[in-house]
Amino acid sequence: MATVLENVGTKTINHLDYVGSLNVQLWATLRAMRTALPFVGNRYRWQASVRQMLQIGVDALPMVSLMAICSGFILAMQGASELKRFGALHYVIDLVAVGFTRELGPLLTAIAVSGRSGSSFAAEIGTMKVTEELDSLRVMALEPVEFVLAPKFLAALVSVPCLSIASNVCGILAGGLFMFFSTRLAPLLYFRYVLESIELRDVITGLIKSVAFATIIAHVGCLEGFRVRGGPDSVGRSTTSAVVKSTFLVIVADAVFTAIFYFTVRP
Amino acid sequence: MPIISIRDLVVEYDGHRILDGLNLDIEHGETMVLLGGSGSGKSTLLRQILALEQPKAGSVSVKGIDITRCSTSELKRVRRSIGVAFQSAALFNSLSVEDNVALTLREHTKLAPSIIDLMVWMKLAVVGLADFGKLHPQELSGGMKKRAAVARALALGPEILVLDEPSAGLDPIVAAELDELILLLKEAFQMTVIVVTHELPSAFRIADRIAMLYKGRFSSVGTKDEIRSSQNPRVRQFLDRIPGDMAKTPAVAAYFEKYLKAQEAYG
Repeated sequence: MATVLENVGTKTINHLDYVGSLNVQLWATLRAMRTALPFVGNRYRWQASVRQMLQIGVDALPMVSLMAICSGFILAMQGASELKRFGALHYVIDLVAVGFTRELGPLLTAIAVSGRSGSSFAAEIGTMKVTEELDSLRVMALEPVEFVLAPKFLAALVSVPCLSIASNVCGILAGGLFMFFSTRLAPLLYFRYVLESIELRDVITGLIKSVAFATIIAHVGCLEGFRVRGGPDSVGRSTTSAVVKSTFLVIVADAVFTAIFYFTVRP
Repeated sequence: MPIISIRDLVVEYDGHRILDGLNLDIEHGETMVLLGGSGSGKSTLLRQILALEQPKAGSVSVKGIDITRCSTSELKRVRRSIGVAFQSAALFNSLSVEDNVALTLREHTKLAPSIIDLMVWMKLAVVGLADFGKLHPQELSGGMKKRAAVARALALGPEILVLDEPSAGLDPIVAAELDELILLLKEAFQMTVIVVTHELPSAFRIADRIAMLYKGRFSSVGTKDEIRSSQNPRVRQFLDRIPGDMAKTPAVAAYFEKYLKAQEAYG
């Protein structure tokens, strides 16, 4: 019994330590963010941010678009198979449009970015730690948080919401294609129905979620990299851990945000 | 006043004492070699001198500032006067050699890009890598990487140059070339040089004084001649390459006895 309690206590402390480290890292990064901004910050840091934006955003665009198109088709087909029994096939448009802008667009994007970029952040920083590059930065009077993390965080904050919008568009397009082939609904009419069904608050709540997901992915990925101890094998473990933890936390955060918006934002 | 002063320095990892009450003064312009076998605490002492870790007790003062207790801004100021070349070179693999050398100049000075380019070329020329600036670290040989790390360490014109195992893993000719480079740099720039090594020929070639570490304590500190003529058993064992008693521990002896008996039993 004592061992069980001891294990529970140790795990609880470890989890609290992890959450605490994430918070400390987040505040340190927010303080260092100014250096990564254009015009007011450091020119080289802004250039690094742009490079990261291309890696996180532009390079992920084909994958995110394809995922969104497939999911749009799946959602439309699954919805249609049930809704046509009640003669309410036109509600597929609402389902796809609202479902993507509020929920699926940001979530799918976050899962894709977590797998691509979260793991890459952990591997890059973990390798820098193993090869003494982080120590090298410190002894050059450069802060790793400012030099490595701030550009990644800024890039994620810009790229993930942009990718979410692209994902929304692709998902809704896929729904339009389905409606065209199944009911011969004209594309222009489909888009008029889409614009009628979604409201500005749907888009805004989706973007708020995207910003939260970007924060989680960037910080979990980087923290896992900074926590690497030992040799190259621990870099591999930290990469896996970054993807697992960030995906888990993204889904938890999604549930929390959805609940908050459900109870506070009234139609 | 010594440029570096170490007082009663104690370092422990997980309750295991690594450095045990060290005291050492390093004077302006001298080359101090920290000599010792594997696990003697050389690299730990170096990390303390660079303020990469906090000691359990004691102090390390660099240019009169206690770097174990000073503010972050003071520590940054001290670090700008120290150039470090790590054992693994720790060059940034994502940057070219010239960008590696230019990094601190771009970050800590307001020099025009053309002046920075000129200074980078000069630093690379000093270490014999003027024609290799465009290459990336992974395209260099082991010896070239070490020289590039020295060039980077020299970028800001440091008062103190710290070299961690500069000749480790290099063939004797390249190692000797690196020794000559260290002597040349000291003569040209009048720097204080701290070298961590376990290579005896290198230590006796470049040192003004040698501090010999054994199990976290200085077994002897003195000039090259004093160390050479020392009758301290630990120093003699190291200099005369007398094997230790690692293979005579009871556990190892018991294992071999058991192995031999098993061999006899099988006939």
